[in-house]
Amino acid sequence: MTSRGKFFDFALPALAVLGFFLVWEAVVAWFKLPRYVLPAPTTVWASLVKWRSEIWFHATQTLYTTLVGFGVAVGFGLGLGWLIGYSALVYKALYPVLIGFNSIPKVAIVPVLVIWFGIGTVPAVLTSFLISFFPIVVNVATGLATLEPELQDVLRSLGAGRLQMFRKVGLPRTLPYFFASMKVAVTLAFVGSVISETVASNRGVGYLMIAASSRFDVPLVFAGLLVIAALGVLLYAVFAVLEGRLTSWAYRR
Amino acid sequence: MTGDGREWAGEFRDVSLRYHCRGKATLALEGVNLRVRRGEFVAIVGPSGCGKTTLLKLISGLLIPTAGEVVVGGRPVRGPLKAVGMAFQNPTLLPWRTTLGNVLLPLEIVEPHRSRYRKDRAEYRKSALRLLGSVGLDGFSDRHPWQLSGGMQQRASLCRALIHEPEILLLDEPFGALDAFTREELWLVLQDLWLARRCTVVLVTHDLREAIFLADTVYVMSRRPGRLASRAEVPFLRPRTLDVCFTPEFQELFIAIRREIGDVREVEKIGGQR
Repeated sequence: MTSRGKFFDFALPALAVLGFFLVWEAVVAWFKLPRYVLPAPTTVWASLVKWRSEIWFHATQTLYTTLVGFGVAVGFGLGLGWLIGYSALVYKALYPVLIGFNSIPKVAIVPVLVIWFGIGTVPAVLTSFLISFFPIVVNVATGLATLEPELQDVLRSLGAGRLQMFRKVGLPRTLPYFFASMKVAVTLAFVGSVISETVASNRGVGYLMIAASSRFDVPLVFAGLLVIAALGVLLYAVFAVLEGRLTSWAYRR
Repeated sequence: MTGDGREWAGEFRDVSLRYHCRGKATLALEGVNLRVRRGEFVAIVGPSGCGKTTLLKLISGLLIPTAGEVVVGGRPVRGPLKAVGMAFQNPTLLPWRTTLGNVLLPLEIVEPHRSRYRKDRAEYRKSALRLLGSVGLDGFSDRHPWQLSGGMQQRASLCRALIHEPEILLLDEPFGALDAFTREELWLVLQDLWLARRCTVVLVTHDLREAIFLADTVYVMSRRPGRLASRAEVPFLRPRTLDVCFTPEFQELFIAIRREIGDVREVEKIGGQR
């Protein structure tokens, strides 16, 4: 890509974010909104700086539970997606169960997890896992199930076994689907962690926000929101870069 | 029937194939008998849907006959064979591999190359590049399939079918999707490849000119259920040039075989009205 293209890759999103904050600041100033309703970005920033060590402490906890939950989701999602994608029988048997399970709001499961595991890290990890594995399963299964029969014929006519078919065709063909699902799943994993922390934890950005809101420290609540958003963008970017490296063929670059 | 497998590269003994689709049984092939000499270039022509592709899949072992027997290299076929190379109407190149990577694919799968592949990688690369060069693809080995034209993709697909030096090359309308000029160019490419290797070739096509130009023997296949209706030998000397298509002998043969295909249809129509 040209340097001009690279410049726009970074400059355009940065400009959009800047514009968003400017409009926000202007709205707050124009309508003279009190800080306990909607704090201006500058107020939020001040709060962010003031509480930085506390925020860091809670943010690392949230990042930790998210990544562990997400990691488990990737492993589980790959395995189950593989089964469902390759076996029509497993697909028929499990799909309704999966859809049903995914339809349950995960916030409703947190109390159950608390009864089983107590409050803290474990329910956060589990919620993050439960909310993020579904898109991975569906995408991996779709990638494998939509393999072109012609490509399979090419390999079969060479006498390739099942494992070789998977390594030479199934896996590379599924990678674009897999990465697309990773980008969705990693942001969902954050949602899971934060949901669990707001309900049942004394650590994490979710807990920090609940605690702050009970003290009417609205700027700190917003600071928490910004931190979560920033972490989400960061992890999304990591997977976007990996995707670009490993599956550039799918985008014909 | 002597059962002698040396002279014949492949043999169909009274082969029928019935397959089930949405609960309905369809007879795709019925009572097919065919013998292909070692090193012979056979073309099978017929209207689309007459079971030509099925025939190829039976030779390669992708399908197993419902009745009768397919014998390749003296042994009945019971599963996918390793000694065949296949090229399809779609080039079916793997989009995540470069042209060179696609051509090398069979060597990563077929023994004995597979176990040697890591050690002799450079050697294999060299022979793949040489093969690509021989079909006019020098300088394109690092391109991805979508960066090649349809004709170039098909050339690469031919290379992939030949890289592991199969005894039998199966071609399923490999030039069907190409324009007339590119197609004729690739006839010559294929003829050169075949003259250099003299492997057995079974070419399935609906282009009668293509069949006559390339093959030693042309078989006409009837509409479903597919049967081999007639056989014609092509006498022209090799290497053939495109000019041969304009000779009276070529035209005569063309018309004769064309009439056979017409007859096959007539007979079926009468049969259908009964």
